[in-house]
Amino acid sequence: MSTRLSSGGRLLNKGKQISFAFNGKQFQGFEGDTLASALLANDQMLVGRSFKYHRPRGIVASGAEEPNALVGLGMGSKFEPNQRATTTELFDGLNCTSQNHWPSLEFDIGAINNKMARFLPAGFYYKTFMAPRAAWKHLFEPIVRQSAGLGAAPKDRDADRYEHYYAFFDVVVIGGGVAGLQSALAAAKAGAKVLLMEQTAHWGGRAPVDGGSIDGAPVDDFIAAALAELKGMENVTLRTRMMGSGVYDHGYMLGYERLTDHTPDMAGPRHRLWRIRAKQIVTATGAIERPLSFAGNDIPGVMLAGALRDYVVNYGVSAGDRVVVVTNNDDAYRTALALKEHGLEVPVLLDARPEGAGALADEARAAGIRVENGKAIAKVQGGKRVTGVAICNQSGEGAVLEEIAADAVAMSGGWSPVVHLWSHCGGKLTWDDAQAHFRPDNSRPPLGADGQGFVKVAGAANGEFGLNAIMADATAVGIAAAEAAGITAATKLAAPAAESAAEANPAAVWLMPQGAGPALRMKAFLDYQNDVKVSDVMLAAQEGYESVEHTKRYTTLGMATDQGKLSNINGLATLAHSLNVDIPQVGTTTFRPPYTPISLGAIAGEARDEIFQPLRRTPIHDWHEEQGAFFEPVGHWRRPYCFPRKGETHAQAVSREINQTREALGLLDASTLGKIIVKGPDAGKFLDMLYTNMMSTLKPGKCRYGLMCNENGFLVDDGVVARIDEDTFLCHTTTGGADRIHGHMEDWLQCEWWDWKVYTANVTEEYAQIAVVGPKAREVLEKLGGMDVSKEGLKFMEWADGELAGIPVRAYRISFSGELSYEIAVPASLGRALWDKLLEAGAEFNVMPYGTEALHVMRAEKGFIMIGDETDGTVIPQDLNMQWAISKKKEDFLGKRAQMRTHMADPNRWKLVGLETLDGSVLPDGAYVPAGGTNANGQRNTQGRVTSTYHSPTLGKGIAMALVHNGPDRMGEVLEIPGTDGKTYKARICDPVFYDKDGEKQNV
Amino acid sequence: MLILECPYCGVQCEETELHADGEAHLKRFGPGSSDDEFEGYLFRRENPKGVHFERWRHVNGCGKYFHAARCTATLEVFGTYSAQTLEPPKDLQDKISAKRPGWTWRELKGEG
Amino acid sequence: MSEALLQSALNGAHSDGFVRVEELGVQGMITLRGDFASAGFAAAVEKVTGLALPAQRKISIGENATVAWMSPDELLVLVDYASVDATVAALTEGLAGEHALVANVSDARAFFRLSGDDGAVRDVMAKVAPVDFSPEAFGPGDIRRTRLAQVAGAFWSPEPGVMQVICFRSVAQYAFDLLRISSETGGEVGHLG
Repeated sequence: MSTRLSSGGRLLNKGKQISFAFNGKQFQGFEGDTLASALLANDQMLVGRSFKYHRPRGIVASGAEEPNALVGLGMGSKFEPNQRATTTELFDGLNCTSQNHWPSLEFDIGAINNKMARFLPAGFYYKTFMAPRAAWKHLFEPIVRQSAGLGAAPKDRDADRYEHYYAFFDVVVIGGGVAGLQSALAAAKAGAKVLLMEQTAHWGGRAPVDGGSIDGAPVDDFIAAALAELKGMENVTLRTRMMGSGVYDHGYMLGYERLTDHTPDMAGPRHRLWRIRAKQIVTATGAIERPLSFAGNDIPGVMLAGALRDYVVNYGVSAGDRVVVVTNNDDAYRTALALKEHGLEVPVLLDARPEGAGALADEARAAGIRVENGKAIAKVQGGKRVTGVAICNQSGEGAVLEEIAADAVAMSGGWSPVVHLWSHCGGKLTWDDAQAHFRPDNSRPPLGADGQGFVKVAGAANGEFGLNAIMADATAVGIAAAEAAGITAATKLAAPAAESAAEANPAAVWLMPQGAGPALRMKAFLDYQNDVKVSDVMLAAQEGYESVEHTKRYTTLGMATDQGKLSNINGLATLAHSLNVDIPQVGTTTFRPPYTPISLGAIAGEARDEIFQPLRRTPIHDWHEEQGAFFEPVGHWRRPYCFPRKGETHAQAVSREINQTREALGLLDASTLGKIIVKGPDAGKFLDMLYTNMMSTLKPGKCRYGLMCNENGFLVDDGVVARIDEDTFLCHTTTGGADRIHGHMEDWLQCEWWDWKVYTANVTEEYAQIAVVGPKAREVLEKLGGMDVSKEGLKFMEWADGELAGIPVRAYRISFSGELSYEIAVPASLGRALWDKLLEAGAEFNVMPYGTEALHVMRAEKGFIMIGDETDGTVIPQDLNMQWAISKKKEDFLGKRAQMRTHMADPNRWKLVGLETLDGSVLPDGAYVPAGGTNANGQRNTQGRVTSTYHSPTLGKGIAMALVHNGPDRMGEVLEIPGTDGKTYKARICDPVFYDKDGEKQNV
Repeated sequence: MLILECPYCGVQCEETELHADGEAHLKRFGPGSSDDEFEGYLFRRENPKGVHFERWRHVNGCGKYFHAARCTATLEVFGTYSAQTLEPPKDLQDKISAKRPGWTWRELKGEG
Repeated sequence: MSEALLQSALNGAHSDGFVRVEELGVQGMITLRGDFASAGFAAAVEKVTGLALPAQRKISIGENATVAWMSPDELLVLVDYASVDATVAALTEGLAGEHALVANVSDARAFFRLSGDDGAVRDVMAKVAPVDFSPEAFGPGDIRRTRLAQVAGAFWSPEPGVMQVICFRSVAQYAFDLLRISSETGGEVGHLG
């Protein structure tokens, strides 16, 4: 059984006991424990069920590479699934549950899949697609759905908050082990501004567990001294609990800082995502130990040798009293020695290499450990935990030589440098045959903006495994990084002398024993999390999947949340072996960020709740809110759709607003309209190019409606242009168009006609704009007093500066409703004041603020087009019968050439007409008008579509606008228009101007 | 995420400050141009693996459009320059020739 | 007249986290575009504001006016709200004969002030803008136009421990909430401070 030892535990504060719960059971741990070490200390070997076969699984690793020990952590709004027990720091009151089992961890019905395993081979999922449809629906889908997914999705809103942080450094060092510390020190001493980050809460990495000495002293002394020195340097930033999540183009990288995961009650953001720009990045990310592929290598109690050592040394926890060690390299001997040192039994150490290990082998034998060279594990015995191992020759087929009782197995298949961050942005790898691993090819680094490499690798991540070599490499890399960042080294740090046991080369052992037959291969797991076995990869090879990228997808090898940290190399070695090629020929799969999963909250950062996205508010917004306006989004703006009164439907409110506006007086908050000043001696010439009609002939004091097209000829915006003086125009754009049209203007001015003397300024937000509309509009303005708004004093399509009720304004006599109408522009800070005064003065006329829907209906009654309704990016002004707004005199304007293309001049283009329903009902929005027959795809032919459709309270019936084939020539014809409600609507083609065709009402 | 230096305000802009605006140095064809010319202007675009010239706008910044020369394969940036020019400056073309001998782009030809 | 009726975007909203965030009241602002190389342009600016043209990405703070470099052909002139009309008129007059644009944009923007420990103020800003806020990279006299999370903005530091921030008026509430939340106690970064 696994248990807490009386010795060991260098990371623990044994003075502080901590309670936590696993699957409702209360356990005790110490401050400094990870959830994994605390579970082991409580003999909780079984921590989850596997993804596909629901096999019992235990903790395998001690760090970020852990594939099995995933738990649902926290409760309610703090719940998060798939949290690694090995990287979860224990805190008081921690509550977690195991995943992927039903009804319980101990007894799981899904484990029946395990019995069916030979019917669920690689590619099972894809093969089901080949079966008859019915089988998928009734047989496969329920099975796949039942077994898919790991943890459950949270049900409550996340209670925590998150944020981003932008930071800039000369050199960022990722990994706070001895290599990272030394690299950071070397770079900082050279004078670079350095960030050193470590994903765990502790500095020093593996070295204190592995032993050795630096400058003749224990590794711990070096770590303490290096830290003290780094902390004292102003140009150094140190961060623990921060993972180097991803490396991207041009020195961009993400640091994932976990601020309160270990103290959930602390105030402040839970995670902070550092968005870093580094001139140089040093990855000192160490190495990850590989499992060995033997039958039963997934039974709880079979662990990585390095992890077993970590648990003993760092946490004072043993995985078992009798531990069999099995290895292809020297490092596992350290585990055997550490176990012995802490009073545990190592009945045998199996070294697959016939020649065995170097100096460490002598040490092991001297410690009384039985070392067997050339031996392997035939299979591990046990179910929910290890009970023993069967030993065989590595070179054979698994004939059992001996059975040994054991309650844990420490396995080591060699160490793979953590090359993920090097690879994220294109760093290439090279296969090291002697060490049997991929390591960074330093001659092919990721390239930055200047075409030079911006990532360097230090220490074990660079394939350096001896302590002395690691320190030398880290020092050199730190100095080189500072230099590459443009720093002339102030001080060149010398590498310290370090010592560690000399090691013999590992052997490439990809299957144990070498000749294991199908029965053993079916129980030899490569990818624990996705349940991929040696037999699956072999099957994939046999079925023709030669590319590692295909095999990966077919078998799902390395596609789980651990992204194949343990399984990658073993998997592709198995594939290479099956294909009878060398490993480098098979290549690796692509490493992609993040290194380990990061929270969605961290990615979203601060963007949630009230600052999820910016909402634009007009200066009168608060009043709308106070009135209970129903808002609609228009771009980022929120505009009142209508102002419903108590007991009123929205439709009733809209009708009331229209009727009262047409009968007496309405007010519209039109502040969102775009307003752009265009000024200069060439302003008129410029606007003539921008608008389809002639603007240069407009007289100061006058307004003109204009259309804007893009170079494709399509209508992109419309609005009223006012000429302020000889040199100055003010262009109104649509609400959504202000920024876009301003950019469009600047584009042409900066990039095409840069010799034209024109300046623009987007003054959209300078003004609140209020449309005062209806027969009483003049009266109410006269009541406010201060300027001449009479029929003669301010004619239709004129503007004037003046004052109303003492407030400086610019009044435009323009109308989008067909009524007598003034649009009053006022400095935004006075917008609310003018609005209040208009309401006050308008009370006697029963003034009616109206929303965007009333605006839309009134403009449709008048047959005015709306950009985005009548246009969709494929409509030209000619389609809308707006030839009157297209100058024939001008040689050129944007879109003119395009409108001459044959397709644009085609008489068969759909054209704008009005539609009135025969029974007064309202046509469905966007409905198509079918024509006879079908097209090449078997779809019904169409002859038009509805672009705008409303109930007109003024006319008491449904009105619409539509683009119809030959529409203007078909006046009076009745069209049949099917709705999605199953009904077919009948509508008559008519003039789109439904109301006051002669414009008498607006011109009074 | 790219960094491009805005030649107008000197800021080393990260991509979120910028807006990509397509290919550089398009020659406008208006009324009077042939169908082929107009089609080329509106629709034909380079899609090189290697040296490319693009328009960008420092939209979250000084608001200016500028040109960038970069390698689409390695993302190396050779330089940024004014929008008020009909072709890349000579010194920039030389710099590209030094790094990518024999490069071509539309009618432009590098040396080497 | 109308002074009593003036409403700034957020009526002086403020918050006190580990940095104080406050909306300043109405502020006179003028957009000025023209040819910086023209002697007449520079002379007119100097005559009206008392300040020489600021260099690229610099801001000159004078007694009665502040002039900020916004782009190679655009300045932002800050004066008291009450004296904007007079300043616009003076600039317009001074620039007669020049190709230039003078626009009163006092009401188009919201104006914020962050204050507190200098490093803490910088840390708050570094949460919202993709800019190097270390004192050696951004100091008094510098101005930067960029984005504040999802909206356009600009800022400068008139003195250590203070950052002044402007954005468009319609997104004032967003910008304020963004700065308020980013400066909530518990969110200290301790990097630039």
